[in-house]
Amino acid sequence: MGERMERVAIIGASMTQFGQREEWICELLVEAGVACLEDGGVDPAAIEHLYVSNMASGEFEGQTGIMNALAHDLDLLPAYAQRVDQTSSSGGAGMYAAWQSVASGASEMTLLVGGEKMTHKTTAESTDVIASITHPCEYKHGLTLPSFAGLTARHYLERFDAPRESLAKVAVKNHKNGVDNPHAQFQKEVDLETVLESPVIADPLRLYDFCPITDGSAALLFCPESVAKEYTDEYAVVSGIAGATDTHVVHERPDPTIMAGVVESGAAAYEMSGYGPEDIDVAELHDMFTILEFLQMEGLGFADQGEAWMHVEEGRTDRESELPINTSGGLKSKGHPLGASGVAQGVEIYEQLVGEAGPRQVDAEVGLCCNVGGFGNCVITTIMEAAA
Amino acid sequence: MSDRMEAYRYEDGSISYPGHPLGPDGSKPVETVDLSEYTATVVTWTTSTATPPGVREPNTVAIVEFDVDSEPVRAIGQVTTDEVETGTEVRPVYTEELRDPNEGIKVPESQAWDGYRFEPL
Repeated sequence: MGERMERVAIIGASMTQFGQREEWICELLVEAGVACLEDGGVDPAAIEHLYVSNMASGEFEGQTGIMNALAHDLDLLPAYAQRVDQTSSSGGAGMYAAWQSVASGASEMTLLVGGEKMTHKTTAESTDVIASITHPCEYKHGLTLPSFAGLTARHYLERFDAPRESLAKVAVKNHKNGVDNPHAQFQKEVDLETVLESPVIADPLRLYDFCPITDGSAALLFCPESVAKEYTDEYAVVSGIAGATDTHVVHERPDPTIMAGVVESGAAAYEMSGYGPEDIDVAELHDMFTILEFLQMEGLGFADQGEAWMHVEEGRTDRESELPINTSGGLKSKGHPLGASGVAQGVEIYEQLVGEAGPRQVDAEVGLCCNVGGFGNCVITTIMEAAA
Repeated sequence: MSDRMEAYRYEDGSISYPGHPLGPDGSKPVETVDLSEYTATVVTWTTSTATPPGVREPNTVAIVEFDVDSEPVRAIGQVTTDEVETGTEVRPVYTEELRDPNEGIKVPESQAWDGYRFEPL
C-alpha cells in the first residue's frame, strides 16, 4: 500500500428483511439498493461502479446477468457493473472489489449490493446447490457443508476436550442478539436445552447449530474519504481488507481445526490496518455453523487454539462483554442469504461504528468482519474504524 | 470405472488424495499410489441425516489417514456402517455407485460416481 493512498470510506448501508420472502432476486437487490442510496443521500447518477455479490442466481432461479438488471432498475447507467461470486463469501469479496474500485481511483462512488433468493427450493435442493462447490471426490460421497461442520466439530470437541454445550452456547448467544435486530429471520431466543435436544443434522451437530436458509439483500456505499466528507461527518473507514484461499479438498488441510484462509486474510487485514486482535471492539464472524465461530475466534487471534470455547462459556463474547461477537444475531439468527451475508456483516459493523445500531449498540471504534466461503475455502477479513 | 484408489506422489515425496497437477511448492507428480492396498485410521467422522438428492440417508462419512511407508495421506469418504469411532482401523472397499448421478445438480457425465467406502476391520 502506498503511503499517500487515500482512505476508502463507507457512507451508507441498508439491508432488507431477511427470511422467507416472496420477492425474486432482482426485486430483493433493488430493495436494498434503493434504501442504501437513500441512506447515503447519494444520487444514482453519482454511482460509477456497481458490484453485485451473489453465489447462484442461475442455479436457484434461472436468472443470470443480475448486475445489468440492477444497474438498469436503479438508473445507474452507464456505470460499470459486475457480479461477484465467491460462494458464501461473495459478500466479503464484493466489499474487496468495491474497496479496490475506490482505492485504485477507478471509481469515486461505488455501490455494493449482495443478495440471494433461496427459500423457494427444498432444503435438500439448496444443500445440493451449495454442495456443488465441493471437489468431485467429495461430492460423489454426498459430502455437504453441514457434514464438514459435523466432522470438524467432533474433532474439535475430542481433541480439545471441549463440552458439547459450549457450541450450543454460541447459538443461544447469537439468537439472543438477534432479538434486537428487526431485519433478522429469527427474532427469538432459544435456550440451551432446545439446542441440545433439536434433531441431529450432522452428528454431533444439531438443527440449532446451523443457520437457516434465507432470502434477503444488503448494500453498502463506498467512496474516497474526501468525497465522504462532502456527504456526512458520520462515516466508517475501511482500515484493512484482505482475502485468502485454502484447499479445495477439505481433508487435505494439515489441521482440521485451523482455517488457513481465516488466519492469512486476518493477518493481512491486521497488518494493513495497523490494528491487532486486542484493538477490535466488535466483530461479525461467519457462524454458518456454531463450530465456525470457534475456528474464526482462534484464527483471528481472539483466542488461542483450542480455547475459544472457554471464552464463550465465560460470556466474554456476549453483547455487554469485552468482545461482542455477532451483535447482529449472526448468520445463525439473522439468516444466511449467501451473497448477502458478507455485505450484511459489513452493514452491522458500519452501524456499530456510526452509532446507528439501536438496541444492539455497543461502544466501538474499530470493528472486524470475517466472511467465510465454502468450509473456509475462501475468506475475506475486513477491519473498519469510525471516522476520526 | 477404476478399481484403484489413486493418489499422487510428488517430487518432494509427499502424497495427496486426490492427485493434483502440481503438488507442494509446485513439485510435479512422479508416480501414482493405489491406496486401496493400504489400511487407514479414522481421524473424525459424522453421520449426516440431511442429505441432498441421490445420497443415502443417513450418510456416515469419515476423514481417514493412511500410512504409506511412513508418509501420511488423508482421504474422505462414506463408511460402510454407522458403527464407527475415531481411531477405528478401516480398509477401502470398492463401490460402483456412491450416489445416484441423475438426482443431484451436477451433470452426470461431468465426473465419476464410483469409488471407495471405508469398512472397519
